[in-house]
Amino acid sequence: MRQSNIGWLFLAPATLILFVIGFIPFIYILYVGFFDWNTNAVDPTLRWAGLQNYRSLVFDTTFLNSLTRTLVFAFFVVVSELLLGYVLARALMADRLWGRQFFRTIHTLPIVVAPIAVGATWRLLCVPGFGIVPYYLKLWFGIDYNIATNSYHAFATAIVMDLWHWTPFVTLSLMAGLTALPKEPLEQAQIDGGNKLQIFWYVIVPMLKPVLLTTVFIRLMDALRSVDEIWMLTKGGPAEATRFIGLHIWINVFPKTDYGYGAAMSLLTLYVTIVLSWLLFVAMTGRKGGAQ
Amino acid sequence: MRRSGIASFVLWICLTILTLLPVWWMLVVSMRPRVKLYSKSFLIDDLYWDNFLAVLNSSTFLQYLWNSMIVATSNAAMVCALGLLAAFGLSRYKISGGDNVFFWLITNRMAPPAVFLLPLFLLFTKWFVFGDFMLFDTKIGLILLYCVFNLPFAIWLLKGMLDGIPLELDEAARVDGATTSQVLLHVILPLARPGLAVTFILTWIFAWNEYLFAATLTSSAGARTVTTALAEYVSVTGTNWGEMAAMAFLTTLPALIVLGFVQKHIVTGLTFGALKG
Repeated sequence: MRQSNIGWLFLAPATLILFVIGFIPFIYILYVGFFDWNTNAVDPTLRWAGLQNYRSLVFDTTFLNSLTRTLVFAFFVVVSELLLGYVLARALMADRLWGRQFFRTIHTLPIVVAPIAVGATWRLLCVPGFGIVPYYLKLWFGIDYNIATNSYHAFATAIVMDLWHWTPFVTLSLMAGLTALPKEPLEQAQIDGGNKLQIFWYVIVPMLKPVLLTTVFIRLMDALRSVDEIWMLTKGGPAEATRFIGLHIWINVFPKTDYGYGAAMSLLTLYVTIVLSWLLFVAMTGRKGGAQ
Repeated sequence: MRRSGIASFVLWICLTILTLLPVWWMLVVSMRPRVKLYSKSFLIDDLYWDNFLAVLNSSTFLQYLWNSMIVATSNAAMVCALGLLAAFGLSRYKISGGDNVFFWLITNRMAPPAVFLLPLFLLFTKWFVFGDFMLFDTKIGLILLYCVFNLPFAIWLLKGMLDGIPLELDEAARVDGATTSQVLLHVILPLARPGLAVTFILTWIFAWNEYLFAATLTSSAGARTVTTALAEYVSVTGTNWGEMAAMAFLTTLPALIVLGFVQKHIVTGLTFGALKG
């Protein structure tokens, strides 16, 4: 590798754009978070509020609940997608599976459907009175499934919808990772007499780590950010059962135009996301801070 | 076929049905006239195109579709070009603070989009105003904006791929007297092509699918994208299910076509040293 700052020359255009569109707004959010600013209020000017926004946030149960709800959702979704994705990836790579290419294509399909269309579609499926899901659940199993009134049903539907939409992504990247694995360590482990579980845990998982890390990272971030699908499916309801943090912030910032408070909320959420990702990074790589 | 082979085949058929069901239902509903909407049958009884025609004849939908096409394609092209340069810099040079930059890049993707909405709204409406031109409600604005989440993704993906290209190849070319740009164009680019293709497709899809920014930062038919059209439609008409389904289907169709063309290459592309973290 060349010891030179010419490297910066290549990095410059990308960094510049991200600086302007990513970093400057971030600094601005940091600034606005210290102000009391609501354009719908009687006095719509910026007023210095110090740490007031943050102080209120700590006692704001709606905010804390939606944050917790989002974390629970993200945890469920990421763990199930990893397990499911791994099983499916192995199954799709099996030599004896006839029509592999066909199943792969079908399985990849949900990834390309826009979240907003996914939300619309699942709404069509699940809306009480219209959709087939409540109808057949009632007919076949006698379950009164209603996402408009039952919070558990709505939450569960949000999870299932996310699994449907994003498991294929996990499958795909794990498949890529598995294909790239060198064969020798596996054969060596088999010769040494390891059982399937041992081979999986001590040989495959460590070798897959980089891929796993990227996959979990991307999925976790996106699960914590998801807004559109949920918005189309339930509008955050019933009550606040599916009001995830991204949606909560959006509702506070835009329709309500409570900018200062929204900014503080955004920042806190961002910190939670970064800390979580960092912990995950350290836990998975055993390295401290920074990438690579 | 052995017994387990048949079992897994059956299992895959079930999974396929489960995967297709939502999309199929969308298609079924979109082909039903209003009087039959509440039928619970899974089948398409007759080909009824009026919902599609209504959507396509609405004054703005095709315009929105066109906007989406331009925004997604330009953004993906831009992200690939800048991403390749950045990944080349990160992969081939020892940059002081390079690790931190690399990590900072991805934090841009971590932020919930709502975090950026307010400052970008101000940036687009008040600060980046040059005479009569402002970024708010323009396609250029969206193209730049989507870099926030697409560029970090592309750089992470491409860096993994470039790391997989042996350094010896560069050095051999340099010994033969190639300049840096020649190395990039004639050594790296051809080898990274499958990876670039995958990056292009994935970023294209992300840009095509994006909703929240597009909804907040555009206001006229000149810049609104197809996802905002769908959301708008739902909130305005509420329960016109047939047309809503037709619209959702039309929104998805271009991405489906793209998928059909490139599906074979996605796994190979990702395998190409990709996702190495």
